[in-house]
Amino acid sequence: MSTVTVDDVAVAVRPGFWTRERRVGAGAVLLGVVAAALFGSLATGADARFTFSEDAGGASVAVNGTLGAVLFGLVAAAAGAALLAGLRARWFIPLLGVAVVGVVLSFLCWQVSAAPAGQNFMPLVNIVRGTFILALPLIFGALAGVLCERSGVVNVAIEGQLLMGAFCGALVGTMTANAWVGLVAAALGGALISLLLAVFTIRYLVDQVVMGIVLNLFALGLTGFLYERLMQPEAARYNQPPRFEAWPIPLLSDLPLLGPALFSGNIFLYLALVLVVVIHVALFRTRWGLRTRSVGEHPTAADTLGVKVLALRYRNVLLAGMVAGVGGASYTLALYTFTKNMIGGKGFIALAALIFGRWSPTGALLAALFFGFADQLATYLSAINSNIPSEFLAMLPYLATLLAVAGLVGKVRAPAADGKPYVKG
Amino acid sequence: MEPGEIHALLGENGAGKSTLMNVLYGLLQPDEGEILVDGRPLRVRGPGDAIAAGIGMVHQHFMLVPVFTVAENVMLGAEQVRGGILGLLDRRRARRRVVEVSSRYNLQVDPDAVVEDLPVGVQQRVEIVKALTRDVELLILDEPTAVLTPQETEELLAVMRALREAGKSIVFITHKLKEVKAIADRITVIRRGRVVGTARPDASEDELAALMVGRTVSLLVDKAPARPGAAVLEIEGLVVDDDRTCRAVDGVDLTVRAGEVLGIAGVQGNGQTELVEALMGLRPIVSGTVRLAGERIDGWPTRRVLRAGVGYVPEDRSVDGLVKEFSVAENLVLDMYDQPPFGNGLVLRPDAIVASARQRIPEFDIRTPSAEAAVGTLSGGNQQKVIIAREMSRPLKLFVAAQPTRGVDVGSIEFIHRRIVRERDAGTAVLLVSSELDEVIGLADRIAVMYRGRILGIVDPQTPREEIGLLMAGVTGAESGSGETAATRPTESGTAPSAGTTTVDESGNEESR
Repeated sequence: MSTVTVDDVAVAVRPGFWTRERRVGAGAVLLGVVAAALFGSLATGADARFTFSEDAGGASVAVNGTLGAVLFGLVAAAAGAALLAGLRARWFIPLLGVAVVGVVLSFLCWQVSAAPAGQNFMPLVNIVRGTFILALPLIFGALAGVLCERSGVVNVAIEGQLLMGAFCGALVGTMTANAWVGLVAAALGGALISLLLAVFTIRYLVDQVVMGIVLNLFALGLTGFLYERLMQPEAARYNQPPRFEAWPIPLLSDLPLLGPALFSGNIFLYLALVLVVVIHVALFRTRWGLRTRSVGEHPTAADTLGVKVLALRYRNVLLAGMVAGVGGASYTLALYTFTKNMIGGKGFIALAALIFGRWSPTGALLAALFFGFADQLATYLSAINSNIPSEFLAMLPYLATLLAVAGLVGKVRAPAADGKPYVKG
Repeated sequence: MEPGEIHALLGENGAGKSTLMNVLYGLLQPDEGEILVDGRPLRVRGPGDAIAAGIGMVHQHFMLVPVFTVAENVMLGAEQVRGGILGLLDRRRARRRVVEVSSRYNLQVDPDAVVEDLPVGVQQRVEIVKALTRDVELLILDEPTAVLTPQETEELLAVMRALREAGKSIVFITHKLKEVKAIADRITVIRRGRVVGTARPDASEDELAALMVGRTVSLLVDKAPARPGAAVLEIEGLVVDDDRTCRAVDGVDLTVRAGEVLGIAGVQGNGQTELVEALMGLRPIVSGTVRLAGERIDGWPTRRVLRAGVGYVPEDRSVDGLVKEFSVAENLVLDMYDQPPFGNGLVLRPDAIVASARQRIPEFDIRTPSAEAAVGTLSGGNQQKVIIAREMSRPLKLFVAAQPTRGVDVGSIEFIHRRIVRERDAGTAVLLVSSELDEVIGLADRIAVMYRGRILGIVDPQTPREEIGLLMAGVTGAESGSGETAATRPTESGTAPSAGTTTVDESGNEESR
């Protein structure tokens, strides 16, 4: 019997015209045109100046408000049109980036040019620095999420870990008058919340999300109580934490714009950036990382190869707590004294950054910076008396996360065993 | 076990084969007893100990991380690292090791392919390579052929022979008698957790089956020739997507007549699941029409389809067929709970529900302590009989059975097959989907072979197994022995061949296997 293999019976993937790239492209075109028309008509003819310093002085780029708003809107629309024309998939992220930046710049041209006279400038150093400072707890928190969730434990307790870290850092730092001891204490404080999370979810199989929420409330209650009973009455003894001063990096801090914004920060800023790189390399290039990911994806498979699933999860959850604890200390050992509920939901935004960043350390960094920028923008706009309510900008991180989860930036896929307790047999 | 031996472990589902091997591999701990390796007792506390003792296992459900590459899966747990405590992965060495082992035993795998993109047969090769890179002397294969096409099975058997040549011992767990006879050097039969006998491979299939079940069973299904009537189910140009919106069913035309069993053969994952779900209104239809006795039912909600006279045995009973925590009696009325006499849409009538259950339990030979026992506590075969009893208690025009005997003991298989034939003889059209080719050949009056979402051909059950196997692998014959068995192009495979096969059925219904 002669046989022929039927090649034309290949798996038929829907070819359709409206691919994800095209749909996003169409959205970008629409958004860009609306931005050009709306922001362009609202903008004034005054110049919008973007200065490379902390105030109105120094070098700057100036653009006519109306012109800029229209122009950048059209840039966004052009990027969208390129997507719509069906460029290759690898151009998707860059073009999407151009479109988003275009719309944001168009919006800024309007806002800055329409600001009261004498205030129509935007000091970029402040904006960049503020973005990083506001993103710091998000970066630490999201990294804590990466460590936990890559090994299969959902970490909703980031908020509690940050808060506990901030509290322990402030308390111990003040009592010993040593910021470094405070930093260690903050890491241990975060790890304490993690330990509870690990014991209850890994050993006693309590639902991980429920446990996370309970721990957040626990941390809030405990630190709130101790704050009122201990710190408020005797603030000098318990709540005057020493601070890590800024550490300008020689040479690099002399760079224009980036120097004062990035390389004149404190230890927490550098630590966050180093941690992103370290965790990224560790996760994808080392034995620990391979095992962590295998445990988060298919713990049974890892077990059959002799990987100690539960021990690895314990270790990663504790590490996550330490990272988040240090993140909490970036408040109390650098910026403020401790106050009740001082994290105020940043832990949940960190969780959003983790998802937006697709469970990768670098992705989490970018997402955290984006959220930090939105935050900083809100502050800036209220400073120039903008007519945009800052609450709208405060919604931006959540809106972005919704879009991300809906599949705008590609397939968002959590580790397969994320949230599932591992029971042998 | 001796070196260089293939030892088959034969037994029904739930006989304890896999449990035994999981103990050996350290995934489960024995309550008592001990394991001897080279005459010395071995205490296996975990898979690590088993690997160290030279024992490797290919599990029934693959133990591969889907998002990892082949090389990553192979090195996991035994990583080669550089850089001391940093533990940087040495990917190059891992890749080389995969290539080296796979070429030595003629197991082609690409070390850089991502596992989830590979076909099942290749994934299995990855599993074997994974075990071999750990220098195992004893390899346990747990039901390795359950997911393979006949051709892939042949390839696997060839690999097993090559391993035997190389002096490795293999434990081959299965319940398929043919494969055992084809390859085993020694056979141990297990029933209800005990060794009930050993046999040589030259023992007949009937003898082995009798050992497995503890009594003689008929492997063939007795049935009279079909007397097909009018077309009951007509499917035209059906297109359905799967969960990832990839085409799963790609233009299927099928007709099932009253009083006949149309069997759909095919390796799992070729669109059978989606086809059945689309018929039942459980999955949206992209295009095409479905008619039940002339009336269009595509787009109908599932309840309406069921009430129009369709009985449905879903392929995964624990997920789609039963509510495990509910009692047998409650599960028996899941379809009719709001209809008299069981209820009126507002309140249930527990007395009527239990009374009806008491009647149906003996009728369908459901072995349960009581009508109130939770369904989850019954064995797989009895759970399946609960579903069959429920679905056959309505007046039916069409009976759709997906994998009706998966994970069911031989005794219950016999019973379920007899009920399906009886339903057919009562004039119901039956659509049978099964990945067990033997079951399809035994039960069906016509066999449609499905491959990558299309019906590659409709053949007569007397067609040689090899020919059906080739179709299942997507190979169509350009020429073949008889006119009826010529595989037809999907476009012509709709209703045309049915008339031809009917006549063949009447002339020769003897099952030739």
